[in-house]
Amino acid sequence: MNRWTRRINAMRVSHHIPEEMLLAYAAGSAPEAWSLLVATHLSLCAECRAAVGRTEKFGGALLEGLEPATLDDDAFDHLMRAIDNSPDVEDEARPVEKIPSVLPEPLRSYVGGDLHALKWRRLGAGAFHIPIVTKDGTAHARLLKVPAGKPVPMHGHNGEELTLVLTGSFSTYQGDFHRGDVEAADADVEHMPVAGPEEDCICLAVTDAPLRFRSLAARIVQPFIGI
Amino acid sequence: MDVNISKPFASGPYLRLVVSNPISTARRGGPEHLMEHSDEDGPSADNFVFCLQSVGTNRDRKAFRVLFDHFAPRVKTYVIKLGCTHQQAEELAQETMAKVWHKAGQFDAERAAPSTWIFRIARNLRIDAFRRERHPEFDENDPSLLPMEETPADTVIEQKQSERHLRTAMAGLPDEQMQLLHLSFFQDMSHGAIADSLGLPLGTVKSRLRLAMGKLRKIMDENEQMDTAD
Repeated sequence: MNRWTRRINAMRVSHHIPEEMLLAYAAGSAPEAWSLLVATHLSLCAECRAAVGRTEKFGGALLEGLEPATLDDDAFDHLMRAIDNSPDVEDEARPVEKIPSVLPEPLRSYVGGDLHALKWRRLGAGAFHIPIVTKDGTAHARLLKVPAGKPVPMHGHNGEELTLVLTGSFSTYQGDFHRGDVEAADADVEHMPVAGPEEDCICLAVTDAPLRFRSLAARIVQPFIGI
Repeated sequence: MDVNISKPFASGPYLRLVVSNPISTARRGGPEHLMEHSDEDGPSADNFVFCLQSVGTNRDRKAFRVLFDHFAPRVKTYVIKLGCTHQQAEELAQETMAKVWHKAGQFDAERAAPSTWIFRIARNLRIDAFRRERHPEFDENDPSLLPMEETPADTVIEQKQSERHLRTAMAGLPDEQMQLLHLSFFQDMSHGAIADSLGLPLGTVKSRLRLAMGKLRKIMDENEQMDTAD
């Protein structure tokens, strides 16, 4: 058992994704950046996986209950001809990883590998970030790394923010957040998260509006770093 | 190439009773030993399980036809509700069924009901085609996946609950919660957009959605007990 396996097995999620976000994910109405965070949390939380499973089952039942539409007359034959003319491909097999990585899927694929593959960009005050490319035009996803024991400057929110802890921990007045935990903040929340002393805290953060930093220094650099 | 009806099919209980007369049997509920599990008002999920397994293992075209006739028209309605044109909807229904054909071998009856499995495929294809986004999913085989600590009652028994029980119980959801669930599933609306369209504060929409999720959980738990009692 390596260090990570031990730590992962010892982990227990205590702050979950807000239920309405699980619903939006299962229904397919959540934009991609939020869905990325939800799906990554699902890798780390069997309880939320079960909740999404229940909601998808409800989706299946809604589908069953729909009035059937009329299909084109030759729809079935058309499809079978297309199937016969295409090679019988299984889904492309992903290389099977044997060792648990720090970044679970689907996040790992989005950033192109596990921690060692990441190219961090300096954010100031010892913090780093990596913007994550999605096709979502409404919200932004990024990895954040805050040095062990250091605070993120006091800030408020113009919209909604979800933060999923991947390594280390952070604390706010709302509690302590460890690997797998999700902190939800909105316009009512102003906080100064402080990274735990044990190791650097790496998080996946999604926001749909710029943060409001209190300090002038942070506000000055804000437009350049895109937070 | 035409549908290969001359090809002998593998043996199985549904072959005599379901595939020999796909449409009427599917409507009535299928093999007699499954009748007790079938819905009075629709085809049995168990029949679709057999059909999916037969497509997966035998490339069974008759079984696929049963699935196609039932699900393709409903998938088409689903994506039309979400704003697709008739033509886009026809294509998405066909694409969904093509995926069902190709991925049937991966269908696991222990993990999902056929309608749930096909709903997921249709949902993801619609997001891909219409919003040009992806629907990120966790990977069951990822060694980083944290397993359940004990028997995952929720996930293992999930698909054992019959569609009939679920649909009956769904009718018991309060109208305002059902309306919000419909908006989430069929209108592709963010919570903010739902709040705007209903003239409600965002917080109210969220708390009603949470109530609806709690109610769904309760319904499914009760379902489970009813099914175990059957």
